[in-house]
Amino acid sequence: MRVKLERVAHVRSGDKGNTSNIAVMAYHDEFYPLLKQQLTAERFKEFYRGAIKGAVTRYEADNLAALNFVAEGALGGGVSRSLSLDNYGKALSAAILGFEIEVPEQYGNLLRGG
Amino acid sequence: MPTLRIGAGSAWWGDRIEPARQNAEHGNLDYLCFETMAEATVSAAQVRKRRDPSFPGYDTYLDDRMRAVLPGCLKRDTRIITNQGWINPDGAALRIVEHLREHGAKGKKVAAVSGSLITELARHLDGTILENGAPVSSIAGDLISAEAYLGAEPIVEALKAGADIVVTGRVADPSLFLAPLMFEFGWAASDHVRLGQGSGLGHLLECGAQVTGGYFADPGFKDVPAPWDLAFPIAEVEPDGSAVITKVAGTGGAVNRMTVTEQMLYEVHDPANYITPDVVVDFTTAVLEQVAPDRLRVSRIGGKSRTPTLKVSMGCMEGFIGEDMFFYAGPGALRRAQLAKRILEERFRIVNLVADDLRIDFLGVNAIHGDASPVDGPEPYEIAVRVAARTKSREEAAKVGREIDGMAVSGVGMTGKRVPHQERTREIIGVWSTLVPRERVPHSIVWYES
Repeated sequence: MRVKLERVAHVRSGDKGNTSNIAVMAYHDEFYPLLKQQLTAERFKEFYRGAIKGAVTRYEADNLAALNFVAEGALGGGVSRSLSLDNYGKALSAAILGFEIEVPEQYGNLLRGG
Repeated sequence: MPTLRIGAGSAWWGDRIEPARQNAEHGNLDYLCFETMAEATVSAAQVRKRRDPSFPGYDTYLDDRMRAVLPGCLKRDTRIITNQGWINPDGAALRIVEHLREHGAKGKKVAAVSGSLITELARHLDGTILENGAPVSSIAGDLISAEAYLGAEPIVEALKAGADIVVTGRVADPSLFLAPLMFEFGWAASDHVRLGQGSGLGHLLECGAQVTGGYFADPGFKDVPAPWDLAFPIAEVEPDGSAVITKVAGTGGAVNRMTVTEQMLYEVHDPANYITPDVVVDFTTAVLEQVAPDRLRVSRIGGKSRTPTLKVSMGCMEGFIGEDMFFYAGPGALRRAQLAKRILEERFRIVNLVADDLRIDFLGVNAIHGDASPVDGPEPYEIAVRVAARTKSREEAAKVGREIDGMAVSGVGMTGKRVPHQERTREIIGVWSTLVPRERVPHSIVWYES
């Protein structure tokens, strides 16, 4: 079944200069391999379309069942230069909650919300 | 050596003050640590100081914070470590001494740590800017302030010499919390493993409520009990560095695997190599265990030897931003907003706006996620049009407000507009980073006593 990422993982973004990091953390260990396989750096960047201009690097923290995406050039020059209303990019992580992910039927009872 | 209890007092300058009082009075703390400096705090303080020479240059909430926590801290002999000194640690220490005297505390030793402000040195550095590879000399003329991120060492030195309160300028956030662990447990600066664990704990505590359920709630997905009454975190640390993250009983919020994982990765790039002045932290070995409700045990955060350099944050004058908003509502709101956007784009061309960047956003449509926003949603009922331009001069930035004023009578039908009482142009302090060999940044400690 295809579901929105918000039912599978939670997210938080942080800023350093003009770079945003967006951590995507599985609600259950069972979901983590699905994230690793389906939410690649390429698909992540594609999902953000023009909102992320620079390179995206994906780091894996298996012990935390988490992926950490580091997106360069994502903050319009950084907090003080940015013309974005969300100049820290604090809300930037929320967009990826709309990413659609394929989840095997047997994990249906682990999905959150919806 | 028994368990050491360290509490957080703030995550930034504007943080709530009540939870710090709560930690001081009910946290049974050995140490209370305050982090009050965001990236641009010092350069903003420098700009203010230039405009207003009477500005003392330390945390403007210093008085409020001290009034809130000193009664609790004095009762229990809780030591305080704080970077509220900003560009004037000595001034902050003197003010803290006045507060101590008001509370009748005699003979308390306050150490002021200086050395992080290296503006003059930075003008002559031959390194490169980390963000763009350009030489540091290319921004020397626009530099307002430069600060090196000091590590835990000067704080440990002050604690060894008997400080009750240590007040600093720029110190890396985790170092504020690592210092008491190094001092109390006798960890050496070369003990990567324990320093990694201790700095990792510091990273969990430095953002205050972000690890106790703040900045976390997403109704229906991640619920937080009583989010209006969040506590700041407390770490109960064992001599080997393993710790339980918890909070004062009866407060709002939550400490669990999810809140701790989110904070662990917050503002981190490579989780195996999180660089601090004291150690390179490895979060990929961390073990998290929920041992009781709101009690999460954190162990086995790893560490590698520190780098030979310190990070330097440089604030530069970089121009101006002009910004304003107006509104549409009712049927056809989006249609009218789109015409308004077209009119403004043409007007800016006619008045020859010279801007490095220009945005015209429709709030409720695309202002937050830009082009990544879905385009096929239902038409919104109300839209705020937000216009922002980044320019070299204040005069150019002011054109944004001037053209939006014109929309009041020469624009689109049914345009809602704020009365422009507020300042619509502001200065930009750009922040750049570089590295400096650590031996070029000596620190000094000045002592004060109540």
